[in-house]
Amino acid sequence: MLTLVVRRVVRLLVVLTGVTLVTFAILHVSGDPVSLMMPEAPEADRVALRAAMGFDDPLLVQFTRFLGNTAMGNFGQSFFHRAPALPLVLERMPTTLLLSVCAMALSLAVAIPLGIITAIRRASLLDHGATFVVFLGTSMPVFWTGIMLILLFAVQLRMLPVSGWEGWASLVLPTITLATFSTPLLLRIVRSSMLEVINLDYVRTARAKGVSEWLVICHHALVNAALPLVTVAGLQFGLLLGGAIITETVFAVPGVGRLIVGAIRQLDFPIVQAGVFVLALIVVLVNFVVDMLYIYLNPQIRVR
Amino acid sequence: MAIGTLARPGLAAAALPDSDRSRAWRKLAGNPAAVAGAVILLLVIAVAVAAPYVAPHDPARQSLIRRFTPPLWIQGGSSAYPLGTDQVGRDILSRIIYGARISLLVGIAAVAVSLVVGVTLGLLSGFLRGRVDAVIMTVVDVTLSFPQLLLALAFVAALGPSLLTIIVVLGLTGWERYTRVVRAEVLALREKDFVEAARAIGASPARMVLRHLLPNTFSSIIVMSTLQVAQAILQEAALSFLGVGTGTAHPTWGQMIALGRDFVSVAWWLATFPGLAILLTVLAINLVGDRLRDALDPRVR
Repeated sequence: MLTLVVRRVVRLLVVLTGVTLVTFAILHVSGDPVSLMMPEAPEADRVALRAAMGFDDPLLVQFTRFLGNTAMGNFGQSFFHRAPALPLVLERMPTTLLLSVCAMALSLAVAIPLGIITAIRRASLLDHGATFVVFLGTSMPVFWTGIMLILLFAVQLRMLPVSGWEGWASLVLPTITLATFSTPLLLRIVRSSMLEVINLDYVRTARAKGVSEWLVICHHALVNAALPLVTVAGLQFGLLLGGAIITETVFAVPGVGRLIVGAIRQLDFPIVQAGVFVLALIVVLVNFVVDMLYIYLNPQIRVR
Repeated sequence: MAIGTLARPGLAAAALPDSDRSRAWRKLAGNPAAVAGAVILLLVIAVAVAAPYVAPHDPARQSLIRRFTPPLWIQGGSSAYPLGTDQVGRDILSRIIYGARISLLVGIAAVAVSLVVGVTLGLLSGFLRGRVDAVIMTVVDVTLSFPQLLLALAFVAALGPSLLTIIVVLGLTGWERYTRVVRAEVLALREKDFVEAARAIGASPARMVLRHLLPNTFSSIIVMSTLQVAQAILQEAALSFLGVGTGTAHPTWGQMIALGRDFVSVAWWLATFPGLAILLTVLAINLVGDRLRDALDPRVR
């Protein structure tokens, strides 16, 4: 088990180096970072900036420097905010995480019971209805869902604020929007992992020896269906953050996503790089924790 | 030689009336949702191809007198503009019709890029194993670490928005699924007798991969591709919505929704109809793709 953990940690470091390389590539993929950062500057200024930022060095040297800076949390100064980029990103992180966690919680609250019921009552009217809703949910663009919710609850019914970030009421529509995006995915996973275990021998044995249906489902089936669910939920976290970026833009939520989208319009690449790196780092760490949990929870590995 | 001839799919199909293909076809045709999806999809494709003939107006023509004309069935609507007009008086229906061209083009072309890259890497990974496999799987892990939309957003912005950029970037951020699935299938196929037999009679590695392994992954690739086109259309719409779109004058569904967002309290139809167009198209593709999986996937069968 220890060698497995060590191997995972090495893998984590390799993947993080790769993530840094991709983040580095954002600024260098066009070939000339300077014209990307200041498209209308005179040639003399460009030469000066190129020298000041070290863009004349070989790419490998630049990447090594970038890797060192990233490890120190230094992504350079934001052109627009005139402040170090990383703190600006981290400042907005709690908002994005709050939105993501709320949406995830709402999704799980809907997906787990509904997934269990549709797995037990397979091919019932409810199951067919849920399948259709899953199709609908995965086919709707998130930003459009958000706008339609604004139209209904803020413009027509005047129940909730259109956008902004003041008080709990402004959290409601963004959470629902993001949840409509993540719930169908989770529902499908809960249903299929429940279906996989529900007809296995030990579940039948439990039923045969007279264990109540409720206990069979919660104790025998759900616990075993939970393992794949946790793994996939970890993988879906990246998707959720992607959805959060759009949701924040629709509702003017002051999170990392809105910061990055704004920075892209202002060609403020230190912010873009810091934001992309931090979000990827979160996805990597979430998956690492899920991996560790899996090793810990899975008796087949633990025993060895 | 005799065994080789018998195994030809064409002959097998003639000998067995209940061949895989006809069974798959019947499964597909027997499902009303899949048929509805296929009909909608064909309609969208036809409209996109024939856009200049079916669109009632020039999608770019503006007129300030008829701006914010509501849809036909609302007070003040006009049958000349069935879905209404936008803030500068352009016909929404015509813009949606032209928008279908960009959505379908980007969706299909981006998936083609993903498919070529992803399948090649998957074949290499599964066939060569060892160090090549380790490197490719690390690249897959790195790609999976980024929210795809975020990565696409940053790279499209860095390369400058254009139709080609969008296609290439969406293609190069969405290939990892092909690699994972094809690799897994190749790893399983390697152990099969027919691959063993091919190796025994001295087939070259290239022949093994192209003639024996690749064709056996086709049904997974087809199923994945349909579902991936749906995803690519959604991603393109999201990029357009966020303002790093195709960079052209052509209307896109995502752009139209972004504009509609600003007028949501005065003219609901601006954002609503392009969104319905996306929903309908993507839903149709998903319905067809899902049935296709049921029909082609041997595990489900």
